[in-house]
Amino acid sequence: MKSFLDKVWSFFSSIKLAIVIFALVALTSIVGTVIEQQASYAENLRVLSSLVGQGLAPAAYKVLYALGFMNMYRSWWFLTLLSLFALNLLVCSIDRFPAIWRIMRTPVKPIAPDQMKRMPLKDEFVVPGGPDSALEKAVSAMKSIGFTAKSEKGPDGSVQLYAQKNAWSRSGVYVTHVSILVILLGAVLGVFLGFRGYVDLPEGFNANIVYSNNMDMSDPSQVARRASLLGALYSGNGDLQTAAQSLNESLPDFEKDLRSVGVIPLGFQVLCQQFQVQFYGQTDMPKAYRSLVTVLENGKPVVSKWIEVNHPLKYKGVMFYQSSFRLRHDLSNGVAVLGIRSPDGQTETRKLKIGQSFSIPGTKETVKLTEFNPALAFDDAGRAETYSQMMTNPAVKVDISGPDGARSSKWIVQRYPETWSLPDGSSVGLTDFWGVQATGLQVRKDPGVWVVYLGCILLALGLYVAFFISHKKIWVRMAPDKKGTLLTVAATCPKNRHAYEREIEKLVKHLKGGNQI
Amino acid sequence: MSSRFFGFSEMAYILAMVVYITHFAFRKKAVGVTATGLAVFGFVSQTLAILLRWREFYMLSGMGVLRSIPLTNLFESIIFFVWCLMLGYLIMEFRYKNRSFGAFVTPVAALALLFINLSGMSTQIEPLVPALQSNWLLAHVTLSFISYSAFALSFSTGLMYLVMTTDNRREGAYIFWTVALGIFAAVLIAMGLDYARFHAAMNSNSFVKDYLFKSTYKSGSSAVQVISYLSTAVFVFLVWRYGHALKKIIGGFNLQSSVLDEITYKSVAVGFPIFTLGGLIFGAIWANQAWGVYWSWDPKETWSLITWFIYAFYLHARFLRGWKGRKIAMVAVLGFVAVIFTYLGVNLLLSGLHSYGSR
Ligand code: HEM
Repeated sequence: MKSFLDKVWSFFSSIKLAIVIFALVALTSIVGTVIEQQASYAENLRVLSSLVGQGLAPAAYKVLYALGFMNMYRSWWFLTLLSLFALNLLVCSIDRFPAIWRIMRTPVKPIAPDQMKRMPLKDEFVVPGGPDSALEKAVSAMKSIGFTAKSEKGPDGSVQLYAQKNAWSRSGVYVTHVSILVILLGAVLGVFLGFRGYVDLPEGFNANIVYSNNMDMSDPSQVARRASLLGALYSGNGDLQTAAQSLNESLPDFEKDLRSVGVIPLGFQVLCQQFQVQFYGQTDMPKAYRSLVTVLENGKPVVSKWIEVNHPLKYKGVMFYQSSFRLRHDLSNGVAVLGIRSPDGQTETRKLKIGQSFSIPGTKETVKLTEFNPALAFDDAGRAETYSQMMTNPAVKVDISGPDGARSSKWIVQRYPETWSLPDGSSVGLTDFWGVQATGLQVRKDPGVWVVYLGCILLALGLYVAFFISHKKIWVRMAPDKKGTLLTVAATCPKNRHAYEREIEKLVKHLKGGNQI
Repeated sequence: MSSRFFGFSEMAYILAMVVYITHFAFRKKAVGVTATGLAVFGFVSQTLAILLRWREFYMLSGMGVLRSIPLTNLFESIIFFVWCLMLGYLIMEFRYKNRSFGAFVTPVAALALLFINLSGMSTQIEPLVPALQSNWLLAHVTLSFISYSAFALSFSTGLMYLVMTTDNRREGAYIFWTVALGIFAAVLIAMGLDYARFHAAMNSNSFVKDYLFKSTYKSGSSAVQVISYLSTAVFVFLVWRYGHALKKIIGGFNLQSSVLDEITYKSVAVGFPIFTLGGLIFGAIWANQAWGVYWSWDPKETWSLITWFIYAFYLHARFLRGWKGRKIAMVAVLGFVAVIFTYLGVNLLLSGLHSYGSR
């Protein structure tokens, strides 16, 4: 029985298994990068057709689908492979700990002369003078390269100095391995305690729920249940308590139901005040995407922040990331924000919908907004057209009518202030056209991320120690000789041998040179 | 302005490649000094070019100095890779007073720069899209390329090791390196053909992958496709058949294979920690800041991980299974193939295959 357990143990602690796993993870991952993950049937059929030809593609799809390659990084066998990898590392770490500990704790001991001859680094030479003067020099020479030596007298009148440094660096490899376990642990915590969702918020709208990214939409019964729960929520005006009551459920039960169909209650509300794309100069090259988002607790604002790519908002452990945006289909709810300057220099801001009109103080003119264009351009015949599906060049068209009824119309373009001036010397600038864009936010909660970062720090430290700091041992033996003292230097060093060789050379020079004075 | 200096450095590296190889064959001191002179000249021009471009970008972007470091697109990162590689090589040459590796390192540098021309990638200065405006990204790209340079070195010495120590045509290691080298050269030739054929018709907006291999393996005519594959096979066969010639040349190097093995390991030992920190950890931190996921198994990330696993394989197989010599040199060569694929293949091949690439 014991031997069976031993076998299992040594199987899981073996390097051979590690090497097999390295190879398997690498090879299967390659397939996963060729097949587009979580993509539609048509998409991957196209990919496969270009690889194996039209005829074989459907069969290849079937085989790969059955093996889980369409979503392989979440497939049971890939997760098993990763678990095996973790188990391998864990068992290997436990297995090796006592040995590492022993090496780190064991002091160096004097060694026999014939053992010194077998060391990877060695030197032997005679210096004039007796062992005592040599000893003194040797101690200071060893100090000069950073070793604090102990000495032992031999029976034959010889003296041996021995020392080591950086014994702790043996733990570098160990820390490296453990850090990978820490990272994996952090990832698992994230999966079980966190969520990944998204929410789409038109300007002026708020939400108290977000939608999970991992909802499986291929199960019709789940989709129907989700629709009915969301229906209850909407008929309660988005209020969770009301919706729960309407279903004769307690609030926690209702929230649990929502989660089970990929709808995650936040416990607070997020409101999109405004969305903006900023451009480089007057080009259409985006410089920044930003949303002004406010968090509300029971309807009261708590924090506001401009969210940008690379600058998320964090509230109660939930992170909001700028991830997408869109122009709404219906532009009729938009509000033009206008900066009006009358001929005598008075300024005011007005917010108007298309179809509304206003008069400019100090003049007799009336201005009516007639049309909005998110991306104004003119075709060859001079007709206005829309050249993109985002607000690259927002403009409003206005009709200007004087007291005598004379009318003219023109486009006021946000980007080009020269279009803002009106005939009578006043100007109407377009600052924003609000309410027609929606921001897409990724919403994440990942309490494991700090564990992952801790693992990353350990990994970096561990690798640094593993590759750049080495455990050095050195022995110097001084024996009486006809011409003075015979010095034997021996050293071991598992890494960076060249650098160590230079240190030893320095030591030897010191030992030889010291006696010539 | 910067493009002129890039031109100088490219010329200088190509000439240096020729002269280093000549030096390798004839071992005349004057030739060697010329080679070093050319390499230094190329390096200085390239440094100037990078600094000038940095300035141009700084003026254009209106962002901070550090943010304007020219490391934002494929073109700039290849330039940086070559710069690191040449810096590493020159340091090695001056420290070890040995020019032999020049014959292997300068071709990598020259090929990388030629690749820029062949692929017709954009060399324009482009403003940064929002996702790229991050200091973590900067650290990530810089360190990644330093590690790629170290891996490139291990690839060169690993390949030299294989060339030097194999002679039996039926031996796995021999087949491995001849086939790898043959395919590598064939792909470059195919790209050269694309370049010759499409260059005139190309404008700065058409992207490399739109025409990559369109004149050969992905040609509209199936006859051309078949001929392309056949001639590649013949080419690889020829490399296999006459690969010995290369061995004779390298044999003249007077290098000990154990030294090559040592340098291969050393380069991996330097590249691996830097790649782990810069390539994987900083990349993950950046992704987490930009999108809230530190790891999403996208093809680029996955290929970085594959590369990492191959080098982890190298370290463990070498140290613990006692793999030595040819077997382990093959792993080093394979590791760099994965590096190239991580950097170029994912952009050029996989994204051409997937729909997000054509969007
Ligand atoms: C991807 C994950 C891993 C990484 C990054 C990693 C990293 C390393 C590194 C850097 C070394 C030192 C090699 C050298 O000195 O050149 C090492 C050694 C070693 N690894 Fe791993 N390792 C990993 C997974 C594993 C696994 C799964 C095992 C389980 C059996 C394992 C067992 C060992 C052992 C026994 C050593 C030798 C330690 C020593 O020399 O004291 N490693 N590893």
